[in-house]
Amino acid sequence: MTPPSHAVPNIEIDPSDATIVRLSGEWTLHYADAIGAALRDIPEQVRRLDASAVSRLDSLGVLQLLRHTARRGLGNDALRFRDDHRALVQIIEDVKDGRPKTKKNYGFVAALERLGRAVHENAREVVALVSFLGETLTKLARTVTQPRRLRLTATVFHMEQVGLDAVPLVMLLSFLVGAVIAFLGSNILADFGASIYVVELVSISFLREFAVLLTAIILAGRTASAFTAQIGSMVSREEVDAIRTLGLDPVDLLVIPRLLALVVMLPLLTFIAMLAGLLGGMVVGMSSLDIPMQAYYGRLQETMELRHFLVGMSKAPIFAVVIGLIGCLEGLQVSGTAQSVGERTTSSVVQTISLVIVFDAFAAIWFMQVGW
Amino acid sequence: MATVAATASTTEEPIIRVRGLRNQFGTQVVHDHLDLDVRRGEIIGVVGGSGSGKSVLMRSIIGLREPDAGSVEILGVDGRSRDSEDRLHIERSTGVLFQDGALFSSLTVGENVQVPLKEHHPELPESLLYELALLKVKLAGLPPDALDKLPSQLSGGMRKRAGLARALALDPPLLFLDEPTAGLDPIGAAAFDHLTRTLQQALGLTVFLITHDLDTLYAICDRVAVLAEKRVIAVAPLAEIEAFDHPWVQEYFNGPRGRAARDSQRRSAKSI
Repeated sequence: MTPPSHAVPNIEIDPSDATIVRLSGEWTLHYADAIGAALRDIPEQVRRLDASAVSRLDSLGVLQLLRHTARRGLGNDALRFRDDHRALVQIIEDVKDGRPKTKKNYGFVAALERLGRAVHENAREVVALVSFLGETLTKLARTVTQPRRLRLTATVFHMEQVGLDAVPLVMLLSFLVGAVIAFLGSNILADFGASIYVVELVSISFLREFAVLLTAIILAGRTASAFTAQIGSMVSREEVDAIRTLGLDPVDLLVIPRLLALVVMLPLLTFIAMLAGLLGGMVVGMSSLDIPMQAYYGRLQETMELRHFLVGMSKAPIFAVVIGLIGCLEGLQVSGTAQSVGERTTSSVVQTISLVIVFDAFAAIWFMQVGW
Repeated sequence: MATVAATASTTEEPIIRVRGLRNQFGTQVVHDHLDLDVRRGEIIGVVGGSGSGKSVLMRSIIGLREPDAGSVEILGVDGRSRDSEDRLHIERSTGVLFQDGALFSSLTVGENVQVPLKEHHPELPESLLYELALLKVKLAGLPPDALDKLPSQLSGGMRKRAGLARALALDPPLLFLDEPTAGLDPIGAAAFDHLTRTLQQALGLTVFLITHDLDTLYAICDRVAVLAEKRVIAVAPLAEIEAFDHPWVQEYFNGPRGRAARDSQRRSAKSI
């Protein structure tokens, strides 16, 4: 698609008067490069530009010509246009005035400023989370005294989504992690001829830590993101505002059912994860460590202590609250745009997973100090 | 000037030629044997009841929807062509303003306007891109500081203007407006009509305008196409359409709202 040569923007100095330049060709966006080059070629002494022979003109052409005359300090009468181009030139002249471009700053001070803003933003998020916890607890307490406020249908619906639908995934991953731990442990323990201790390794690690941690991380990825996206798109479509104007409470309607569903389902899923992890250990024991199922089972009954189970289980509701609160809060903080929903969803997953691991680490230290 | 363009264009090839168009969704037929010509340099208003397929017609013309039968010729190119060269020609020569502006919500207004410029003309220097965007934004009647705002920070009317600025980014000869004045207050709507007319005359545009707004039809449309019974039942200047003998047309133009719009148009015509 090579354009005919006469269409290319061209300049020609008037043979009788060296201060006049005649323009021809198509001065349009299509020839933006050629226009720039042609204008650069115009000698300094030229005071007038005659564009009446220009075959096509668009706003880029006009803009470039006006920029050129302004740069060279020529007046408005330096340009001559064809009659039917006047309207276009007029409308562009009417709106054109230089406005300095807002410069983006990439310097050290700007970096410092961004750091400051980020710190401030994080502090604000912590405050928001804590006050949201307070608000939710208050409203939960109100729900206890006024049980009709509880949205039972929504709660059960979320229980299914959060809990039941996650069972296969939680089981599969726990089973695999249980198997991996058994494998790793057996490699070392076999050197001491103590393969049977694999049972304790798997049972203690799963009951105390891995079952609840794995489940919480799976739900952080699966559920916190879903909560944020669901509530966030409701916010951006003004549905949450509609809820408020109808005299309903978004916390009652959206947050409490999700939170309750998580608080009920996360411990149950944790229990399932414990069983699946132990099963994973058992399968590895049977298949590659020569520990028969009966021996594994007997050893399990001998050595398993209730306290490990309780330590693990006690963390489940706390993680549930962390996941539910952050998921819902991030959703409510969405600000309208599609990008905002995406950012908030990412943020909610990152925050929940980090907080779950941080809480777990503190809990592990605390339980160890207490001696449980 | 517009009249000159209109008379000159009657002999010319139409800029859009639709023949025997058929569109259906499942068993529901929206268009059947629909014919329409749009002349170069005119503002054609497309009216029709809700669900009569005005937006579907627009989408078929610009190639967003593959028609089930019939042909669309736009700017001398077969609208159904999937040849990349043809598509590029159509994309560069048409600007579309969707109902709610359809601005990219994560970009500022200025960046929105620059998107088509950067895509089709990567050779443009940054400073020129910026000035072009600023020019289009101001042509669309927005204040310069709107350039750095996000669409979510604009009112509905300003979003439409920003959408118009983006539609005008490549100086297309053909502009599609889908209900440009819907949801605007009467003053804003009148200002938008005026803007459309001014830009159409100054930039020599052909405008395909879908509207429900009777005032817009009376104020700026050269011709009106009426969509009913799955086809275009009439295309003519408004005065002739008013007299057209069809129950829907009569109810539309001679109902209380139609009469009010006509009267106000005559009053303002007299006062000028």
